[in-house]
Amino acid sequence: MDSPLRLIAANPVDRLARTVEALLVVASQPLSIEELCEAAEDDAERVELALGLLHERHAEGRSGIVLEEVAGGFAFRASREASAACARLFERPVERGVSQAALETLAIVAYLGPCSRPEIARIRGVAADSAVASLVERGLIAEAGREGGTGGAIRYRTTPLFERVFGLQSLAALPRLDDLGEDAGEIRERLLQVAHARAS
Amino acid sequence: MRALELDLDAFEGPFDLLLTLLLKEELEPREIDIAAIVLSFVELIEQGDDLDLEACGEFLVLVSALLELKARALFPEEAAELAELEPEEAAEELARRLAEYRRMKEAAAWLHERLLLERERWFRLGPAPLAPRPERRLAPQDPLSLAAALRALATPPPMVSLGHMALRFPPVSQFLERFRSLLARRLRFDFDAEVGQLSRVEQAVALLALLELRKSGEIALAQAAPFAPIRVSRADDERTIAWTARSA
Repeated sequence: MDSPLRLIAANPVDRLARTVEALLVVASQPLSIEELCEAAEDDAERVELALGLLHERHAEGRSGIVLEEVAGGFAFRASREASAACARLFERPVERGVSQAALETLAIVAYLGPCSRPEIARIRGVAADSAVASLVERGLIAEAGREGGTGGAIRYRTTPLFERVFGLQSLAALPRLDDLGEDAGEIRERLLQVAHARAS
Repeated sequence: MRALELDLDAFEGPFDLLLTLLLKEELEPREIDIAAIVLSFVELIEQGDDLDLEACGEFLVLVSALLELKARALFPEEAAELAELEPEEAAEELARRLAEYRRMKEAAAWLHERLLLERERWFRLGPAPLAPRPERRLAPQDPLSLAAALRALATPPPMVSLGHMALRFPPVSQFLERFRSLLARRLRFDFDAEVGQLSRVEQAVALLALLELRKSGEIALAQAAPFAPIRVSRADDERTIAWTARSA
């Protein structure tokens, strides 16, 4: 008689899952396991079990609300099938009209940050002031101290909002820099070819 | 060239004026969008019927000088660094920098693509409403020691003495009368011996009375050395002694 009863028994973390669900509904930013443990007054292992349960319940195609792991934490978002309806009612102020200059600046800060405006200008070859200001205003990058302590140039790093907007679990989810673009050797070869062509 | 009117973020006016301001260092070359100047020039050429080769040549020379100015302003120290390098090393360094920029451009393209892919993800945005967390928690405490600490804090502090507030200063006139009557009876007296029995406040007032009498010329004061006893005598008595000394 014991085993059928055990089969239909409620999940032991069901109650905790409801609490975690409530916390995630109230939160406007991803919550880490530590934050969930502290608020729910429970241990990490059980909170992870509860999150697993919520992942099943709030999955694409099963619910209008989807649980995702993003920006170093867990958060709810709308399901992709509801995106058109969302787009009719809501605005996307963070990513609307992001310029090429801003994207290049964002890439530099994401890969090399914290870094200063002169460092960004050195790589891009043009002053980065307006691109940096626009990214700060959008909340995608934020100040992170100064170069060489007080008095140095302000340094910038990406924010958790950046990871969330781009759907990244963390900065480690960015593609490896070595896999992008040509390497210095290839470019050097091309430069030498141009130089030879001009000389001949 | 004079007809080229510019409308840039950092400058609005004729191209000639822009050059003058740059040469006078009243405008930062790094603030000038050179691509926008080229676009304005191309638009200007399109408006005209004939292609003015002389104007185009002049523009090319000027705009390349402008580009060089801007490049120098953007990399002031690096230009010097590169100048010190051997041609081979400079090419290597240039290639390295180009590769770095190329990678960042690729990364930006990846981000752009990602942004398009994630367009269907909608989530709640807002300021972080998390309750501020205490910086550090207190270590567990023994209730009895906490009670003892509170008791110590609750004990009323000792009464502060207000004795100094009750100081009474005797009137100066009292000592004026006293010293006058003393000198009426005696030719001179010793101030320290006379006030030695009095309180410090009374002694101070007595000294004031003494100075008052000296000021009005009623008495003469003598002191052999600093802190030595003060000898007080009648002024006329002093004069008598002086006269006697002079006539002798």
